[in-house]
Amino acid sequence: MLVHDRLTRRSIQTVFLLVFLPLFALPLAVILAASLSTNWSGALPSGFTLEHYAAVLNGPTLDALRVSVVTAVIASVCALVAGTWAALSAHSLGPRGRRVMDALFMLPVAVPTVVVGLALLVAFSSPPVLLNGTQMIVFIAHTVLVTAFAYQSVSAALDRLDPVHAQVAASLGARPARTLFLVRLPLLLPSLSGAAGLCFALSMGELSATMMLYPPDWTPLPVRIFTATDRGALFTGSAFAVVLMATTLLVMFALSLVRTRAGHR
Amino acid sequence: MTALAPHPAPRVPEPRRPAEGPPPPRRGLPAWVWAVPPVLALAAVVLYPLGAVVAESLTGPDGAATTAHYAEVLATERFRDALATTVFVAVCATAGCLVLGLGLALVIAFVPFPGSRAAGRLVDTYLSFPSFLITLALLFLYGTVGVANGIWTDVTGADTGPFDFMATPWGVILAEITFFTPFVLRPLLAAFTQLDTAQLEVASSLGARGGRIVRSVILPEAFPALVAGGALVLVLSLNEFAIVLFTGAKDVVTLPMLVYSAAILEADYTTACVVATVNAALSVCLYLLYRAATSRLRGPAGGPRKHGTQKDGTQKGGRRAGA
Repeated sequence: MLVHDRLTRRSIQTVFLLVFLPLFALPLAVILAASLSTNWSGALPSGFTLEHYAAVLNGPTLDALRVSVVTAVIASVCALVAGTWAALSAHSLGPRGRRVMDALFMLPVAVPTVVVGLALLVAFSSPPVLLNGTQMIVFIAHTVLVTAFAYQSVSAALDRLDPVHAQVAASLGARPARTLFLVRLPLLLPSLSGAAGLCFALSMGELSATMMLYPPDWTPLPVRIFTATDRGALFTGSAFAVVLMATTLLVMFALSLVRTRAGHR
Repeated sequence: MTALAPHPAPRVPEPRRPAEGPPPPRRGLPAWVWAVPPVLALAAVVLYPLGAVVAESLTGPDGAATTAHYAEVLATERFRDALATTVFVAVCATAGCLVLGLGLALVIAFVPFPGSRAAGRLVDTYLSFPSFLITLALLFLYGTVGVANGIWTDVTGADTGPFDFMATPWGVILAEITFFTPFVLRPLLAAFTQLDTAQLEVASSLGARGGRIVRSVILPEAFPALVAGGALVLVLSLNEFAIVLFTGAKDVVTLPMLVYSAAILEADYTTACVVATVNAALSVCLYLLYRAATSRLRGPAGGPRKHGTQKDGTQKGGRRAGA
């Protein structure tokens, strides 16, 4: 306890809440409230309605949600496989090789996402590989962007992993494949499911690279939210955003259950 | 978990995707061989595309190598304005995040109250939401027909309210501060939990007041986390696109925005590639500085151990002795 004076403590906490609530708690509440209203020009929203959510259920928005979920699942699975493989192989290298792998796999985080999108567009609009205008290019972009985070999580988990389990398994005669699949990967399962949640959330909300290269027949939900708000339909956009957040939280919650169960084993 | 080693076969859950997982190193095959497939995949979808951007920016209409595009684009007022706006927004947002993150972290860690932990967790959930939601919410709050102006016109009876900054760089800065503060807050809170509370008690019993303890005990300990968080926010805000896109401001053109409008709205790929190369070079340089700072300043028990235990041990000793 840093401040012993009661009055000072109370005033510090008041200032904290005065800064914290408008800045962090209010935005999420505002989106939720707006998605249920027809009008908001005074202090409080007015005209309770569910019609923005009805707009989600029929028509292209449900399609956009499906597109987003499919893209996020594909990107997360690919990113987990690639990221885990890369992290495991980087871990068995020396410190120098490890640094090179770290730098390579964290590169997509450092490069602006818009540039990642532009790069894929430029590279795959001309031979030898033509992917421009396909769904494939969206999958690739999302996978590239989230693989860095999968790599980072798995790499950090490997650092914390006690090597003694794998050593015991090996000393009991388990071949490296058996050790990997029956000892190391199960031990990594909690962090793998955490990484999966992160990848899914990031891919669900990805807009920058997607704006650069989504084909008309594969419009993810963030793009729908942007087109809605861009033409002034802020309330409908909020409803879409709530659906996006709810889906993301639901999947992350399901994955955290996997994590807890894996942790208890 | 500890039950795994003695009875591996019956107790261990099935691996998630046995067929797709990385194959284990086989005896006789050097370790680096297993690093080749992921690196090749990365080369195909990251390095080759980025190379294509740089190549496009350096290729003249006749196919020969030229820097003419750079001379041309870098001289335009549009590019210079975008560069100035980008740096201004990024620096202001970073400064704001550092001040705010430090203040909030100090309160959460050292002047706790019921609910302060929940506040920390709420900030954590921000990291899993897309950034543009913040802009959307701020448009409702401070937009020209937003809540703040609505309250103002209700109270004063004026026709329009005074809040009209969402279409200016300040709107972008406010949104970025809101969204990026967690990136400063998290490492700081982690650093504060490692702080030896005995140091605070000693300083306090020797008569130091709160402000002095923060200045001479807490801040030196938290400095690495502050530097790391600040550098990360600087890179992220240089790269941020969705927040700027959602404000709908025509005047706020940052470098990523310029890349988007040149490539998609004007189909001018050469200009887009030049701007993209400059933007990426800027961000990657800053990111390398960030990596250098974090790996050198990384706390003893803080992040992942990177260079083996022995080196960490010496680091720990050195840091403790210095502190």
